[in-house]
Amino acid sequence: MSNRIIICEASEIITTGLYEIIQGISGCDVVARVDTPDQLTEKILSTDANMLIINTNLLGFTDRNLPQQLKKEYPQLTVIALMTTYVEPSTLKPYDGVIEINDTKLKVINKMNQFAHDAEKQDKTDDVELSKREIDVLVAVAKGMMNKEIADQMNISIHTVISHRKNITRKTGIKSVSGLTVYALLNNLIDENEVYK
Amino acid sequence: MSKQPFFSEKSKLYEMIAVNPKLLPLLPRFGIQLGFGDHSIGEVCRANGVDTRLFLLICNIYTDDEALVHPKDIEAIDMDGLLPYLLASHRYYLDERFPHIEEHLQHIINAAGPKYGNMLNHFYNEYQQEVKKHFKYEEEEVFPYIESLRKGQSTNNFSISQFRVNHSNIEDTLEDMMNILVKYLPGDILPKERIEISTDIIELSADLISHSLIEDQILIPYVETLENAKQ
Repeated sequence: MSNRIIICEASEIITTGLYEIIQGISGCDVVARVDTPDQLTEKILSTDANMLIINTNLLGFTDRNLPQQLKKEYPQLTVIALMTTYVEPSTLKPYDGVIEINDTKLKVINKMNQFAHDAEKQDKTDDVELSKREIDVLVAVAKGMMNKEIADQMNISIHTVISHRKNITRKTGIKSVSGLTVYALLNNLIDENEVYK
Repeated sequence: MSKQPFFSEKSKLYEMIAVNPKLLPLLPRFGIQLGFGDHSIGEVCRANGVDTRLFLLICNIYTDDEALVHPKDIEAIDMDGLLPYLLASHRYYLDERFPHIEEHLQHIINAAGPKYGNMLNHFYNEYQQEVKKHFKYEEEEVFPYIESLRKGQSTNNFSISQFRVNHSNIEDTLEDMMNILVKYLPGDILPKERIEISTDIIELSADLISHSLIEDQILIPYVETLENAKQ
C-alpha cells in the first residue's frame, strides 16, 4: 500500500522540511509540491495522489469547504491539515488528521502511518446491513447470553462470535449490551418479555 | 517535547473563553465566578485562590486533546487544587448535567408510549447506576487514598496502578444513547427535544473525555510521584 502525497504549503522552508521527513517514511512518496490550492483538482488527477497535506491558512472563508469537495470528488483521498498557527478546533473538522508545526519528526512519522492505516480501514466500512448470522448473534446478546453460550448454541467458535459482535458494533454504532438490546427491540428482533423481567 | 499552552497567565481570561467556550463550565469548578471583567488569567486565579499553572494545565487539556503533560510540570505544580477540582467536576456531571438530560429524556419516554418508553427507561436507569458506581468508587476509594498519601499517612496496600481510569464505558454508553435517539427511535417522537438532548450529550461526552485525560495525564502521574517519594 503506497501513499502518493501532495504537499500544499506556501513556505518553501516548511515544504522542504516536511518533504525531507515524509520521503524517509517507507510507503510514502511526495508526488507534487504546490504553493497555492488553485490547481489542486487537476494536480490530484494527474498525479493520482491519495493524500493531500494542506496548510489551513491557505484556505480562506470562501473555500473552507475545499477538503469536503475534494473528498467528494476523490473518495480515496485523505486530507490532512498542516497547522502552523493556532486555528479554531471547528476549522479542523473537515480534515482526516492534523500535523502541527511543532510536531517532532517522530510524531510526524507516527501520524503519517496512522493516517495511512485509517484510510485503509475506511475502505471496509461500506456495508451497513446486518447479515442473518449477525442478527442471530445480536438477538442472543440482547437476551443477555455470554459469548461462550452463544458459540455453543450456534455451533461456532468464540472467536467467530467476537468477530460478529465487532461487525454489529461497526454497523450499528452501538457498543454496550444494553444499547444493543434497545436496538433489537426497536427493530422488532426480540420481544420486550424476553429481556426485561 | 511538551507543548506550550496556548494561553499564558497574562492573557485575559475572557480571551481564552472566547477561543474555547467549552472552558466556561470549568470556572465554577475552580470556584471562579462570572463577572471577572477584563482581568488576566493570573489575576483572576490569584483572587480566587486557584493555582494559575494548574488552571492553565487543565484548560490546555480541555482545548487540545492531544496535549501532552510533561512530567516536570507535574512535579513543579502545586496540586492542592486537583482533587477538589475533580470532585467539583463529578458534582457538575451528577447534579447538573445528568439530571438535565434525564428531564428531557423523561419527556421523550412519556411521548414514546409504553413499548419504547419502558426500554428507554430501563436503558437509562441501568446506565445511571453504572455512572454513580464509577464516581462513587473514585470518591470513596481512590481519592481518600490519595488524600492520606498527601498527608504522609501510612496507607493500606492499595496502589494507583490498580486504578486504571476507565471512563470508556460511560462514554460508550452515552454514544449508544446518541445513536438510539438520532438513528433508531421513530422520527415522529419529539424530534426537537431529541435534537436538543443530543447537543447536550455531545457536550457532556466531550467533557467526560477531557476529564479522563486529566485523570490519566495529571492525576495518575502525580500519585505515582507521591508513591515513589514514600518508598
